[in-house]
Amino acid sequence: MGRIQATFEQLKQRGETALIPFITAGDPDLTTTEKLIHTLVENGADLIELGFPFSDPMADGPTIQIASERALESGTTLPKILDMVARVREHTNVPIVLMGYYNPLFSYGPERFAVDAAAAGVDGLLLVDLPAEEAGEVRCYLQQVGICLIQLLAPTTPPQRMQRLVADAEGFVYFVSMTGVTGASQIDAAAIEQQVRDLRQLSPVPVAVGFGIASPADAVAVSCFADAVVVGSALVKVVAAYGTSPELVARVGAFVRSLKEGLR
Amino acid sequence: MYSYPDSNGHFGPFGGRYVAETLMPSLEELAEAYREAQNDPTFQQDFEYHLQQYVGRPSPLYYARRLSDHLGGARIYLKREDLNHTGAHKVNNTVGQALLARRMGKKRVIAETGAGQHGVATATVAALFGMECEVFMGTEDMRRQSLNVFRMKLLGAKVTGVTSGTATLKDAMNEAIRHWVTRVRDTFYIIGTVAGPHPYPAMVRDFQSVIGRETRTQILQAEGRLPDYAVACIGGGSNAIGLFHPFLGDESVRLLGVEAAGLGVDSGKHAASIGAGRVGVLHGNKTYLLQDEHGQIQHAHSISAGLDYPGVGPEHAHLHEIGRAEYQAITDAEALDAFQVLTKLEGIIPALESAHAIAQVMKLAPTLRRDQLVVVCLSGRGDKDIHTVAEAMGVELN
Repeated sequence: MGRIQATFEQLKQRGETALIPFITAGDPDLTTTEKLIHTLVENGADLIELGFPFSDPMADGPTIQIASERALESGTTLPKILDMVARVREHTNVPIVLMGYYNPLFSYGPERFAVDAAAAGVDGLLLVDLPAEEAGEVRCYLQQVGICLIQLLAPTTPPQRMQRLVADAEGFVYFVSMTGVTGASQIDAAAIEQQVRDLRQLSPVPVAVGFGIASPADAVAVSCFADAVVVGSALVKVVAAYGTSPELVARVGAFVRSLKEGLR
Repeated sequence: MYSYPDSNGHFGPFGGRYVAETLMPSLEELAEAYREAQNDPTFQQDFEYHLQQYVGRPSPLYYARRLSDHLGGARIYLKREDLNHTGAHKVNNTVGQALLARRMGKKRVIAETGAGQHGVATATVAALFGMECEVFMGTEDMRRQSLNVFRMKLLGAKVTGVTSGTATLKDAMNEAIRHWVTRVRDTFYIIGTVAGPHPYPAMVRDFQSVIGRETRTQILQAEGRLPDYAVACIGGGSNAIGLFHPFLGDESVRLLGVEAAGLGVDSGKHAASIGAGRVGVLHGNKTYLLQDEHGQIQHAHSISAGLDYPGVGPEHAHLHEIGRAEYQAITDAEALDAFQVLTKLEGIIPALESAHAIAQVMKLAPTLRRDQLVVVCLSGRGDKDIHTVAEAMGVELN
């Protein structure tokens, strides 16, 4: 059993909703990211979504765009991120999902990436601009090494398509709560509740909801009908605000703790 | 028989649909609506009517006698897309897509623009069809092309400045895509070149193919035979695909695409994606891109804003790969020279984009016999570039 599946099963037994914080790797630098991952775990993160930066983040709002710029400026690359994940993996079993755009990975080489990422201890991969139709060229290599390719679903995904996509789902599925970019506006939990409930009926794997979840109250509202909540831009804002300040770790820890409290 | 793309939008290993899931259903819907429109004679008639009566087609295929004599080889014909309404080939495509938007019941269109030509062409058809229009443009480009910004505003469009990244065309396209994700249900995205996710590369190609179809008929009328060469400049590559496509099956016609070499391909400041790029994925398709060793997109450079893009349409990548078309690159300096030569010899001021194609012909023609035929797409007129050219020549304008 993979770490993602094992984690969701434990949470289910405890009756908890998973908290999946997102941070951009290398923002402001990879040493800080390594520290932050441990902070996230200590304060209640159940899985970690680790963004790898791209020069042209087309699905992201300003917060994560600028975080990506900071990460690139600090010299962050995929090989360095994998090295960092390998170091983290020596100390924790938390599932780590890398999230980003396809080109840096395509440039690395999907086959080589799969092997290296598995060796580093990566559990899942989420590629924003790689829809199911094009995913074959990556999925085959990931399957060989046991890395889950996480499927995104959107409010615009029609029911039939949803059925087709979840049939191949691995790890968990990620439901995008709104049509828009990351961090765009506050989530309207009531508006998506039915769609997420329908999706959970269909899906053989847990359903995570992300985009627009900015506060403990948002997280609680979504936890009523989702298996996991993803918090990205709101957390990246905290990282941006405290950057290299000695307060960073404490601030991030407090925010994550407050998010997890309502999910227990 | 050439029948690309396949049903998923692949040109061999290139093209496809690399976009967020949110957009996939809309792209399906667009592809379906376009398929229906293609098979609907009334849509085709409507398109042809507007090309004729509004754009002013067919555009002339003009024998450039003095340029031919000057170069000493070949008979050179200019396909005069500069004479279209709005001054470039861009409007062929925006008329087509606006008609499709209207057919799909969308009352709001958006576009990205670099130099402003596609933005103007989009704002123009939005005015014509009474649609709301928003154009995304890098603030750096807005500064360089303030005239086109004002033109778009006069036409009733909202021009939204984009400050992210390098504040140029690539970033304008990122922002247009972000906006489209947000307003996908009521907004039609009019992409200006043969790039982006399927069906855009094929659809824009089809709308622009009127260039090559007319050229074919016109050269047969004038010379009784097909050309030996067809030459066009390439940013994303829409005028080039439009010219090339109707000649793909004519193996005797050599197809020559001209990229922007900027300050020289070895200088690192250029826009030659095929000449010096690597295959990657950006803006919804797989193609040749300017990128670093880690897959981060690099800045393009060209004196011509319309060629200043770090990618190229996937069909060009494919034509390059199968060897059906050849791709070369022309520097800023060579393009500026060609700009002046054509202006002085023929009384035609070309767009700096088109001047790249002319510069290539200036290299090619002297190597050819006097009776060989070259057609070159004069994709746009040069009024918009007067300031840039003056600056490059060290002339101060008020």
